[in-house]
Amino acid sequence: MTTALSVDREPGDLGDLGDRPTPAATARTWLARAGGQNLGLIGALALVLTVFGSLNPNYLGWDNIQVIAEAVTISGLLAVVQTVVIICGALDISVGSQAGLASVTSAMVFTATGSNSLLGIGAAIAIGAVIGVLNGAVIIYGRVNATIATLAGLAAYKGIAQLISNGSAQGYVLNDSLFVFLSRGKIAGLPVMVWLLLLAAAAVNVLLKYTDIGRNIFAIGGNDTAARLAGINLNKYLIAVYALSGMVAAAAGVLLTARTGSGQPVSGSEGLELQSITAAALGGCALKGGRGGIGGTLLAVALLGALQNGLTVQGINAFWQNVAQGALLVAAVVIQQRRTGERAVGLPA
Amino acid sequence: MTIPTAAASGAGLAAEAITKRFGPVQALRDVTLHFPPGQVTALMGENGAGKSTLLRILTGDHQPTEGRVLLDGQVLDLNAPTDARRAGIRIIPQEPEIIPHVSVAENVYAGSLPRRAGRRLDRSELRRRITADLERLGFDKVLDPELLGSQLTAAQRQLVEILRALTGDTAPRAIAFDEPTSSLSDHEVDALFALIGRLRDAGIAVIYVSHRMKEIFRLADRIAVLRDGTVAGTVDARTTDEGELVRLMVGRDLSTLFARQHVATDRVVLQVDNLTTDDVHDVSLEVRAGEVVALAGLIGAGRSELALALAGDTPVRSGTIRVDGSVVRLRGPRDAIRCGIGLAPEERKAQALFLQRTIRDNTSLVSLGRLRRWRFVNRGREKALAQDYANRLRVRAPSIEAEVRTLSGGNQQKVVLARWLARKPALLILDEPTRGVDIGAKAEIYQIIADLARAGTAILVISSELPEVLGLADRVLVMQNGRVTGHLDHTQATEEAILALAMADDLTPDLPHETTTAPRTGTDPAPGGTR
Repeated sequence: MTTALSVDREPGDLGDLGDRPTPAATARTWLARAGGQNLGLIGALALVLTVFGSLNPNYLGWDNIQVIAEAVTISGLLAVVQTVVIICGALDISVGSQAGLASVTSAMVFTATGSNSLLGIGAAIAIGAVIGVLNGAVIIYGRVNATIATLAGLAAYKGIAQLISNGSAQGYVLNDSLFVFLSRGKIAGLPVMVWLLLLAAAAVNVLLKYTDIGRNIFAIGGNDTAARLAGINLNKYLIAVYALSGMVAAAAGVLLTARTGSGQPVSGSEGLELQSITAAALGGCALKGGRGGIGGTLLAVALLGALQNGLTVQGINAFWQNVAQGALLVAAVVIQQRRTGERAVGLPA
Repeated sequence: MTIPTAAASGAGLAAEAITKRFGPVQALRDVTLHFPPGQVTALMGENGAGKSTLLRILTGDHQPTEGRVLLDGQVLDLNAPTDARRAGIRIIPQEPEIIPHVSVAENVYAGSLPRRAGRRLDRSELRRRITADLERLGFDKVLDPELLGSQLTAAQRQLVEILRALTGDTAPRAIAFDEPTSSLSDHEVDALFALIGRLRDAGIAVIYVSHRMKEIFRLADRIAVLRDGTVAGTVDARTTDEGELVRLMVGRDLSTLFARQHVATDRVVLQVDNLTTDDVHDVSLEVRAGEVVALAGLIGAGRSELALALAGDTPVRSGTIRVDGSVVRLRGPRDAIRCGIGLAPEERKAQALFLQRTIRDNTSLVSLGRLRRWRFVNRGREKALAQDYANRLRVRAPSIEAEVRTLSGGNQQKVVLARWLARKPALLILDEPTRGVDIGAKAEIYQIIADLARAGTAILVISSELPEVLGLADRVLVMQNGRVTGHLDHTQATEEAILALAMADDLTPDLPHETTTAPRTGTDPAPGGTR
């Protein structure tokens, strides 16, 4: 249909310019491919490892590395899925409460069904999916800002978890081989939990980078009007992304149950939303949406885990760790905004 | 004829040897220009030539890397827009900044509202001041100071910006208009020009940035042309002509801007009968394969709203849309795209482009369905597709991996076109395809439209530029207040005829019904129902 269009090129057209890059331009392209943000993260991670490693030789031992890796799996899973939500231009601050509710659900269903771990896990994931769809529906059909909707969810889902559990830990699951495998199993020397995180990260990475679904998610976060006019069904995508967020948060809740041996309504899941958003922001996700990636998020998760572990090993008060986390989130966003060159006038866009 | 560059001295506003670098990019190189008082100096140049950067420097928004700004021979120290404002240098930005929820009066004096003790707003003083200013400037008939910002039309929003520029503690000495007519209709343009004439007569140095030749010849005393960040020439408006300006701007001749041909076939691609939406009433029209139909009319006539309805984005209340003869129900843009309808919308940055993504991403977006297996996008085929269309449309960029935000307006528009061309739509709707596009890219876009028509695509073009409408269209539909008020074929279409229909009094509500229904007798490709 368009064969009549001219296909010859003129000097200065596309392609000609690319044929003679300067060395500086080549270096810039190379840096851009590696990702400036990721290089910064690798540098920061190296710095943290060097500092704490020199303060305490055991810090860099294989045992402690495994401790760090296991400690970050739950927050890491949430960070991975938070990355998808943020790229979509939204936010899910109810992930921690969802994980808590899923944790309680998995343990209670496990107990009620006579130690059927598959049913327990299945029920938790199903609850996660339902909550995700509910979040999405409130946002889309109730026209509630995503931050406010999931802030409400943060309170409400935590409340539900406390109501059904009476506020206390539920059941004991470590008499079941599947839960034991999840919490203590190892494959090729790495804990099963770490494998699960890597698997989820790899799957989401493929989804974002290599499928049309991922392209559409980036498009929605980048410019939702343009995405709509390009024929993308925004509602379907947003609900699906929140459902995915709910299910992954539920999976994190199941791992929480496996790690602690019982269903935890609040402890262990509270504050995970902050950690996941911090990791995503540090990892280079634009909080306005449309930009980000799993690689950066995983590096940020590793950085946060290494930092937290190092501070603990050094015996630094856990309250300070909260301060550090808040400071890091603000710093990450400030760095991001500096790069966009937005002028410091009024509320940020 | 080129006048030697005026020395940057004497009365008026002057840029002296200004160079501006943004990192490795040199936006301006040794620019010396003089804007004398009591004259309109037009500033022309292709997009990316440096016009905006120069305006920003003159108004204190950017600081020059080298060189200086002088007013009446005095060097100005401009560190912020407020410095320029205090010195009497004002700008009417292309997109007026209007606060939606406050009145016109508060919008005009925002930042220096009159107040009583205890910082309470002095409403009576505000009313007195706005009434006086409106009367002094002759706006009292056209602008109600009590209207809210959100209720204003595009022209009124611009008036608010003009009021801001003309009021204030210091008298204005120089005023820059940055493409002020891009969202105005022709009769609003007349009023604006009368005002600019009065500013000139009052001894103000007027800087007028525009792509529109006709306006510039009507208005300007002198014309300064920028090309690639340098002054290509300053000419006297009375002795120059369009050809010389184009040569100065692009460095070459544009023999023919329009490449119209008549290749319309009998196959009706789009047939709309009595379509009614919230903003469009009882519209009937048809577009044939290979035909270019233009929708003309004033701003707010409902043309873009009609386009959005045809693209499935706004719900249809009644009426039918047929594509290739079969009735379609469009529940969303997705349905329209499936039916072969593509829309390049009016606001390309807000409605079409993903500025942070690459040319490749932006081009392939609506074609991903054809480029994927399972759900995996075939990167090689995607690259080939994007490269192919970037070459055909001559998108000027370092590579298809360049982010779209780094491109000029014309090249961004080409990326939007590439997206739809790659999808090969049966009907392509182009809403203001050349707005904010430089003249070189404009000619290329006209050529693309002609080529598409020759290849059998049905094309519906919305344009507020009458020469464009006349140059492109096989047939012109004129809209007013959401209704089609006339059909003109290319032999009947003149600027006068279109304007008469666009502004016809809407006193006889029965009449439009008669004229909207084009006679569809036989296969006559040119329904001639004018009034």
